[in-house]
Amino acid sequence: MELQILANGIVLGALYACIAVGFSLVWGVLNVINMLHGSFIILGGYITFFAWARLGIHPIAMIPVAGMILYGLGYMVQRGVINKVVTQPVLITLTLTFGLDMILYNFMNVVFTATPQRVTLELGSFDIGGIFMPWDRIVSMLLAFALTGLLYWVMRTSRVGRAIVAVRMDRDAAALMGIRVDQIYAITFGIGAFMAGAAGAVFAVVFPVTTNLSGLYIGKAFVVCVIGGLGSVPGALVGGIVLGVIESFAGHWLGPQHAITVGFVLMLILLITRPSGLLGKKGYE
Amino acid sequence: MMRRLTVPYVLFSIWVVVLCMLPFVESSYFVHLATNIALFTILAQSWNFIGGFSGYPSFSTAAFFGLGAYAGAITQNMGLPMELAWIFATVLVSALAALFGFILLRLRGHYFAIGSIAIVEVLRLAIASATDLTGGGNGMNVRFLPGGPEYVGMVFLYTMVGLMVLVFALTVWVDKSRFGFGLRCIRQNEDAANMVGINTNLYKIFAYVLSASFCGTVGAIYASWTGYIDPTDSFEILLTLKVPVMAMLGGAGTVIGPVLGAAAFSLLEEIFWANFLEYNRAILGVVIVILIFFLPRGLLNLDYHTLHRRLRHNAGRNPREPSE
Repeated sequence: MELQILANGIVLGALYACIAVGFSLVWGVLNVINMLHGSFIILGGYITFFAWARLGIHPIAMIPVAGMILYGLGYMVQRGVINKVVTQPVLITLTLTFGLDMILYNFMNVVFTATPQRVTLELGSFDIGGIFMPWDRIVSMLLAFALTGLLYWVMRTSRVGRAIVAVRMDRDAAALMGIRVDQIYAITFGIGAFMAGAAGAVFAVVFPVTTNLSGLYIGKAFVVCVIGGLGSVPGALVGGIVLGVIESFAGHWLGPQHAITVGFVLMLILLITRPSGLLGKKGYE
Repeated sequence: MMRRLTVPYVLFSIWVVVLCMLPFVESSYFVHLATNIALFTILAQSWNFIGGFSGYPSFSTAAFFGLGAYAGAITQNMGLPMELAWIFATVLVSALAALFGFILLRLRGHYFAIGSIAIVEVLRLAIASATDLTGGGNGMNVRFLPGGPEYVGMVFLYTMVGLMVLVFALTVWVDKSRFGFGLRCIRQNEDAANMVGINTNLYKIFAYVLSASFCGTVGAIYASWTGYIDPTDSFEILLTLKVPVMAMLGGAGTVIGPVLGAAAFSLLEEIFWANFLEYNRAILGVVIVILIFFLPRGLLNLDYHTLHRRLRHNAGRNPREPSE
């Protein structure tokens, strides 16, 4: 029984990591809390759902497509709107992304209606040593890991990735080295949106696609970031899995209605005791 | 100089009289609207203590509003008289705000903002899962005040307006006092404020409690007014964003700004609601974008002279444009 709960927790945790990794990147590099992230995930989900329902395109094939569409949207939003206030206090940037989220949310509610949609793949399920697991969950977990790994690889090896890390470390020094900071900001925001869109495509297979979930997703991103620390891919991965496992056990012991509360309470405790996260480095805000 | 200082008070007094006169000249729709405006004015004025004067990005208005609503509703259903239930809600919310403030105000910037939003969610989930006490997701009923809708409408309008005047007086006091000065120092540079001998922790906690207690009162009054509350409605995330936006729209950290912002926003929303009910979130979003890009310091701090000159300039230039 415990093994089953642990397995559920890890699957859930991989998905949480996938939600949080883009959010954490944007927060870490731009110092902006992107309240749009939850709605970006939902938008990716809708794109995937409609491609599947209307055109018969397999959801997995839609992952890069949804990601790229969201990349374009994210790049434009950052370039056109957020870049203009990016150095202002939290109250301004947070209120702005919150407001943009209201617009996108409202737009999706009107265009797609709030009725939950879902991609059903009928992959069956399997049973190893008493652990029961549907295949679609396994596939989505693997895809979530693959996406997180891809981002890690891009950040480690590509020129753009290195430039993003440089801007994160010291914006002024990076500018002096010839990096165009506002361009890097827009690319970073775009990558964050790409991850959200790709995550939305993965989630469409296991969760219903509805705007009602956008608040829940953004909440998960908060908690994972606080657990794992900001701006690092491994941090988001560890944070996601820790949260998934804790919620899974909390749901079993205290009842499913308390699982979310436990996550938030854990976050509040961590905020007070370790504001830079379990893996985070001190001195970076 | 004297004239400049008294203008806000004169405007505020006129506004209070207008709100109070509405029951005598207009239908119950306007009474409802006026009560709503007073409600949001109180919330925006309250947020101003922590968000405006001390500059902390607090998004926990809905937490205290919802908590106050439930505290008032539960005690009232247990048999406490309405007014005592409101006072109880205020005291309970203030105490909890002191506790949350003690915990949260050690954080700064983004972490404080996230923590303050998390409080809304934690309290909403806690209220929703305490089914025995609160009815959970089904919400709970509060018995109506007897005396007919017109009388009841007037009672709640005058209560709200009375509270609005009280919070305004408190804002004026804070604005002029040493306490308010300390909060402004914290907004500009907290470390420096600490260094010159301001007890920043105490000041911040006090400002946070001030910003919470009247949200609790208003929540409790709201519960008695509408007669029904549920967790999603009371802890609405929209509310927690709308209230700071109202205060910033008028001018955060000023005395009359939140009053102006709440009135302007509520009226705008009322006009749009009549026509575009399903776009209510988008309207808030658009107001935010306009606020941040065109009115960064609020309506009150607009440079009206420059604006006027520029408008006249444009108006003078327009007729020539086609020939260019």
